Amino acid sequence: MSSDIGSIVVLAGGLSHERDVSLRSGRRVAQALRDSGHAVIEADVTGGLADLLAGTPDPVVFPVLHGGDGEDGSLRQVLDLFGVPYVGSTGPASQRAFDKSICTPLLDVRTPAQVALPNSVFRELGARALVLALAERLGLPLMVKPSRSGSALGCTKVERVEALPGAMVAAYAYGENAVIEQFIEGTEVAVTVIDTGDGPRALPAVEIRPRGGVYDYTARYTAGETRFLCPAEISDADARECAELALSVHRQLGLRDLSRTDIIIGPQGPTFIETNVSPGMTETSLVPLSIEADGLNFGELCLALVRQAHSRGAAPAEA
Amino acid sequence: MSLPEPLQRRDTVFDPWIDTYAERTHGLTVSAVRALFSVANRPEVVSLAGGMPNIADLPRAAIGEAIAGLIRDHGAQAMQYGSGQGEPFMREHIAEVMADEAIAAHPDDVVVTCGSQQALDLVTRTFCDPGDVILAEAPSYVGAIGTFRAYQVQIVHVAMDEFGIVPQALREALATCRAAGRRVKFLYTIPNFQNPTGVTQTLQRRRELIAIAHETDLLIVEDNPYGLLTIEGEPLPALRSMDDERVIYLGSFSKTFAPGFRVGWSLAPHAVREKLTLAQESATLAPPVFSQFAIATYLQKFDWRAQIVAYRDMYRGRRDAMLRGLVDNMPAGCTWTRPTGGFFVWLTMPDGLDSQAMLPRAVSARVAYVPGTAFYADGLGSRNLRLSYCFPSEDRILEGTRRLGEVLHDELDMLHTFGIGPGTAEHLYRDITAGPAPDIT
Repeated sequence: MSSDIGSIVVLAGGLSHERDVSLRSGRRVAQALRDSGHAVIEADVTGGLADLLAGTPDPVVFPVLHGGDGEDGSLRQVLDLFGVPYVGSTGPASQRAFDKSICTPLLDVRTPAQVALPNSVFRELGARALVLALAERLGLPLMVKPSRSGSALGCTKVERVEALPGAMVAAYAYGENAVIEQFIEGTEVAVTVIDTGDGPRALPAVEIRPRGGVYDYTARYTAGETRFLCPAEISDADARECAELALSVHRQLGLRDLSRTDIIIGPQGPTFIETNVSPGMTETSLVPLSIEADGLNFGELCLALVRQAHSRGAAPAEA
Repeated sequence: MSLPEPLQRRDTVFDPWIDTYAERTHGLTVSAVRALFSVANRPEVVSLAGGMPNIADLPRAAIGEAIAGLIRDHGAQAMQYGSGQGEPFMREHIAEVMADEAIAAHPDDVVVTCGSQQALDLVTRTFCDPGDVILAEAPSYVGAIGTFRAYQVQIVHVAMDEFGIVPQALREALATCRAAGRRVKFLYTIPNFQNPTGVTQTLQRRRELIAIAHETDLLIVEDNPYGLLTIEGEPLPALRSMDDERVIYLGSFSKTFAPGFRVGWSLAPHAVREKLTLAQESATLAPPVFSQFAIATYLQKFDWRAQIVAYRDMYRGRRDAMLRGLVDNMPAGCTWTRPTGGFFVWLTMPDGLDSQAMLPRAVSARVAYVPGTAFYADGLGSRNLRLSYCFPSEDRILEGTRRLGEVLHDELDMLHTFGIGPGTAEHLYRDITAGPAPDIT
């Protein structure tokens, strides 16, 4: 159905390890838009997508894809090629934000000490010396993560050097590159940034208190496994610093419309952990919680983002 | 710059009932392993994970006409409530089907259920209190483990080999449990083409099991969904055909016809059958009447035995493709079972590899399997994976084993790079995404 905001296509699923989360996020976004009185086409990323978009009058896409092509900017560049407007950051900005090994060094905010290495380096140079050097350089405990993954998949906290090789293998099961970074003990918060035309605005920080102490995949997506406080139970100064940090990341990476930045408030103050251009929108996700805590209606905000994408139109063709 | 205004704090776990749930629901959580199977359903992925029968070759048009006739001629009855024990005509048909496995059964001793999974649920509900012990093969069917856990039963695994349950291991497990004052309620076993290993108990082992049951006053629950799907050699007699007082038999039309109708059954000694019927009535009032009419129509109007022969031929081709693909692609150090029927091959990888930790790599390579840990209640099985050959075509199975071979080679290479070898991997090589077993049956 075409309307003053075009035909809304919510894209969810894809082939990444986070397909399941994406499908759940997509359903929630689609339902919220329907509740706001608009027809929505829900689509997966398949070989039929180009035909679907070509056959849809005045399409505007709301990508709710997590991980892989859906979040690394590839799909957004394809939408630009097709001349289809979409909600969210551009392809190049998404690429900068998604890969932790690219994103962290770009930022001029407080970040954990980090080393990013492809698995081939260990194969070519020998793992033993590198593993010892990593532990010595960064100190224990460490966090090991796949550089291009989300939802804590493949992430391991390493407290003993003997456990580092296993953590590296677990991370490399998700991709060729991994980041090894200093583990920061502290309060875990997430700050959503939205921009519906008046400039980026930080929503109240959500504090994350997983029941089992670790905010892993199970704690993220099982209702009841994690306690969320919004606004976070932190000092005003920390709240202000977290909001500034999230806004700064949003601007420095050239993000658009919506982002969520994960932060640890450690002994040195708020420290950037990662940012998401396509944050989770499930029933237990942080962005909808902070939107509602801010007094906004989730469906209306989704609709405002769609309306903005539609009026922005497709990216101009490169000269 | 716009910063947030002070707000009333929302404190939530997104589940207001979190402290209200029954204890038996603890552990029912989302897991990354389960989520990865979401990708396995995409056509790009060769799924050697799920145990779905291939029903594509059923004469669907003719079945559709028969069911239309059923609604037209008997709809008022077929769409009505029915008997808690199951319709008498259905139980007669079931007795005829069991006769093909040399089981002499009276229709009165049959209770029709919503798939044999519900029969297992009713049996467990009827016999087990929290803390009771059920003995089961090591490894055992993931769906059974889930049912037993739901009743807060302790599962004690009994060692098996390529001939089935090891009798001495069964004796020892029983003795140990009883010496500890534990109440062992029954032995759960899948004698034919076991899920997940594909192993079939030999006739000698079956006789020994029955002898042990007599000696030790042990009840046996025999789950036999694949019994008619022998693809090599002669079928062996069901345990129930050797003893009608110590064996509760569970059967199903899911593999021999189609699973969507959800019709299974239990065959139990008279007194047990009474209890199961009452349990069924309290659970569902009656098993699905329409499905029973549909199955009965199929059995009456179609040559179902010929269809089973066709199924056997099809599955034999797929089994052969799987075995050929494993020979061609698996790295040295892998071993696997050679099933003579059913749906599954059980692969054992070289020491050091962990099938659960390797799953994301496999999904990236567009092939899926079920990690062996799903089939143990005690965390074992990390070196194993279950491979299903029932659903993908032979070409897809060959492609799937090729992809899986590459995954194993890459993973071995990674372990070698990081110096992770035999005996060192169990606790080093698991990420924090480890969680409850996937719901793949």
